[in-house]
Amino acid sequence: MAQFLFEADLHGLLKLDTPIPNAPPARWQRKAKESGPGPSPVGVSPMKPANRSHSSSKTPSKTPGKSGSKIQSTPTRAGGDRYIPNRSTMHMEMANFLLTKENDPAEESPTKKEQQKAWAVNLNGFDVEEAKILRLSGKPQNAPEGYQNNLKVLYSQKMTPGSSRKNSRYIPSMPDRILDAPEIRNDYYLNLIDWSSQNFLAVALDNSVYLWNHLSGEIIQLLQMEQPDVYISSLSWIREGNYLAVGTSSAEVQLWDVQQQKRLRNMTSHCTRVGSLSWNSYILSSGARTGHIHHHDVRVAEHHVATLAGHTQEVCGLKWSIDGRYLASGGNDNLVNVWPCTQGSGGDFTPVQTFTQHQGAVKAVAWCPWQMNVLATGGGTSDRHIRIWNVCSGACLSTVDAHSQVCSILWSTNYKEFISGHGFAQNQLVIWKYPTMTKVAELQGHTARILNLAMSPDGATVASAAADETLRLWRCFEMDPIKKKEKEKANSVKTSIIHQSIR
Amino acid sequence: QLGREHQGITLRGSAELVAEFFSYGINSILYQRGIYPPETFTRVQKYGLTLLVTTDPELTNYLNNVTEQMKEWLYKCIVQRLVVVISSIESGEVLERWQFDIECDKTAKDDNGPREKSQKAIQDEIRSVIRQITATVTFLPLLESACAFDLLIYTDKDLAVPEKWEESGPQFIANSEEVRLRSFTTTIHKVNTMVAYKKDSVP
Repeated sequence: MAQFLFEADLHGLLKLDTPIPNAPPARWQRKAKESGPGPSPVGVSPMKPANRSHSSSKTPSKTPGKSGSKIQSTPTRAGGDRYIPNRSTMHMEMANFLLTKENDPAEESPTKKEQQKAWAVNLNGFDVEEAKILRLSGKPQNAPEGYQNNLKVLYSQKMTPGSSRKNSRYIPSMPDRILDAPEIRNDYYLNLIDWSSQNFLAVALDNSVYLWNHLSGEIIQLLQMEQPDVYISSLSWIREGNYLAVGTSSAEVQLWDVQQQKRLRNMTSHCTRVGSLSWNSYILSSGARTGHIHHHDVRVAEHHVATLAGHTQEVCGLKWSIDGRYLASGGNDNLVNVWPCTQGSGGDFTPVQTFTQHQGAVKAVAWCPWQMNVLATGGGTSDRHIRIWNVCSGACLSTVDAHSQVCSILWSTNYKEFISGHGFAQNQLVIWKYPTMTKVAELQGHTARILNLAMSPDGATVASAAADETLRLWRCFEMDPIKKKEKEKANSVKTSIIHQSIR
Repeated sequence: QLGREHQGITLRGSAELVAEFFSYGINSILYQRGIYPPETFTRVQKYGLTLLVTTDPELTNYLNNVTEQMKEWLYKCIVQRLVVVISSIESGEVLERWQFDIECDKTAKDDNGPREKSQKAIQDEIRSVIRQITATVTFLPLLESACAFDLLIYTDKDLAVPEKWEESGPQFIANSEEVRLRSFTTTIHKVNTMVAYKKDSVP
C-alpha cells in the first residue's frame, strides 16, 4: 500500500496548479476569517424571521480532493509509526501503570481487614463478602435468533421511505415561516404557545409573553414578569380571543386584556407552578405541579370554585372537550383522567375514565372535532405511543407506535387527520390519517425537540415551537380552493333555505 | 377505631408482596431494556398501573420458580439482595446491573401480631418504584447489541443450596455509573433499588 502513497506524493509535488503554501491569503480566505469567529451581534429580537445565512467558513477547496497544506507531510496513521503500524491491540495505559507502580505493600494488616469488614456490614446491613450468590440453573433461551435489540431502532428512528400517498394533496415540506424564539424554556412539561381566534400567536419566552399577528407580522410584547427568577409556564387564549390566561412558576394564574395590554386578574390558589391551562367558556382550568387541577370562574371574586385531585405528579396536558362536557388531563404519573363538567352526588369531582396504558408522561391531549367523545393522547419518551380513546365506553380504539417522544397532538378541522409533534431523534411533525392511522406526511426541519404545537383559526397552518429556539409555521392543512368553494356553497345553501322559510 | 377487616402486614404477607413486586419489576426491566421482543409481552393491570409481563411460557416458568423461592427465603429473612444482570450476548460484558437490596426486620419472626401499614400505602410506594424503573429509560445508555439477563440472589452464607440452584460470582460492572431509585417498605421488609450502568467510554 505504501508504494501508492509514495506515488501520490510524487505526483503532488510535481503538479503546478496547487496553491502556493506560504502565499498571502486570498480575499475569500480573509473574508472567511473575519466573519467566522463569533456571530455578528444583531439585536436579539424575538420572532423576527431568523437569519438563515450560510456559514461562510465552508468554502470549497481549490485542489480536487486534497487540501493544499498537507501534501508535504507523510500521512500519519492513528497512533502508529513505521516500526509498529498499528497500536490498537496494545494496552498502553495498563502497561504504563504496571511498569510505574510501586510494589504492592505486604498483605493488608488484619486490623485493616477487620475495619473494612465492619464498614461493609454497616453499609450493607450484612457482610456481603460472606453472602452466597445463587442463581437458578436452567435459564430459558434468550430471545430467538435474528432478534436485534431494537432499543436503538426505537430511539433513533430513521426516516421512513416515502409512503405511497394516495391522496394527492400537496403538503409543502418546508415551513412557510420561521420565527426566532430566543430564551424559550426547554421544559417538556410546559405549554408555551397558543393561537387565538383573532389570529394572534402568543409565545412565552422565559419571563415575557409576545404576541405575533399572523396577518401583519407585527410583534407586541404583552408582559414581562417583575419578580426575578419567575418564568411563564403556560398560556391559553379565551375562545373570543380578547383575554389571555397566563400561568407562572410562582403558582399564579393571571388574566390579561390584550387590547388594553393590562392585567385584569391575578388568581392565586395553587402552591406550585401552573404548567397547563384550558378554557371552557367562563371557567378556566389550571393544572399544577402537585397534580391538582383548579377550576376558576373568572367572572366572580371567589374564583376558585373546584379542585380536582386525580394526579400525583405534574399535570402537563389539559383540554376541555369542544362541547364542554369533559375535561381530559394527562400527567407525569402516566395517567389520563377524563373529568365530567359537573360534580358527582358526593360533591366531589371524580373522573369518569382513568387510562393507565401509557408508560410515560402524557402531555399530548386532544379531542376530535368531528366525532364526539373521541380523545387522542400521546406519551413521553418511555412510552412513544399515540392512543385514541372513546371516553364513554373507555375503549382504546387505536394505538400506534410513533417511535419518539410525543409532545403535542392537534386534530385537523379541514381533513380527517391529526398531527403530532416529536422529539429525539427526528424532531419532526407527523400527519396521520384517521381512522386508518397511516402516515400522510412527515415534516422535518427542527434541530431540537418540539415542545408545543398550535393551530391557526382557519385550520390551515400549524405552528411548532422547539428547543432549537425557533417557531416554524407549516401550511399543512390548507383547504383545496375547489373544496373550499364547495364548503362555502354548502353553508350558503343552508342559509338560503332559512331565508326561504322566513317570509 | 380499626375494624376487624383492617388486615395488618404479616411476615408471610410481606414476603408475598415483595416477591410479587420482584416478579413485575423484572418483567418491566426485560421489556424496557429490550431483552426480549416487545411483541412477546402483554399488558396487565397491577398496582393501578398498566404493566407488561412476558407471554413466553419458558420464561414465565423460570421467573415463577425464582419468585416462589424468593417468597420462601423472604419469609425466613435469609435473602439480602436480588440482582438483574444484563450482559451482551456476543462479548459477555456486563452492561447494566439492577440491584434490589432487601432489609429484613428479623423481630417480625418472633412477634406474631400483624404490623400496621395499609395495603394501599405499600401499593403507592411500589407504584412509584415501578414508574421510576420505566422512566430510567430516558437516561440509561442505549443497549446496542442483543443482550441476555441473569438473576442473582444473595443469601446467607449458611444456607443450604437447594436443588437446581448453583453458586455464581457477583458479575460487577467494571467502570460504572450508579443511580439510586426510590425504596419501599412493608414495615417488615424494606427494598432499596439501584441501577448501575457502564460508563460511556467516549467522553
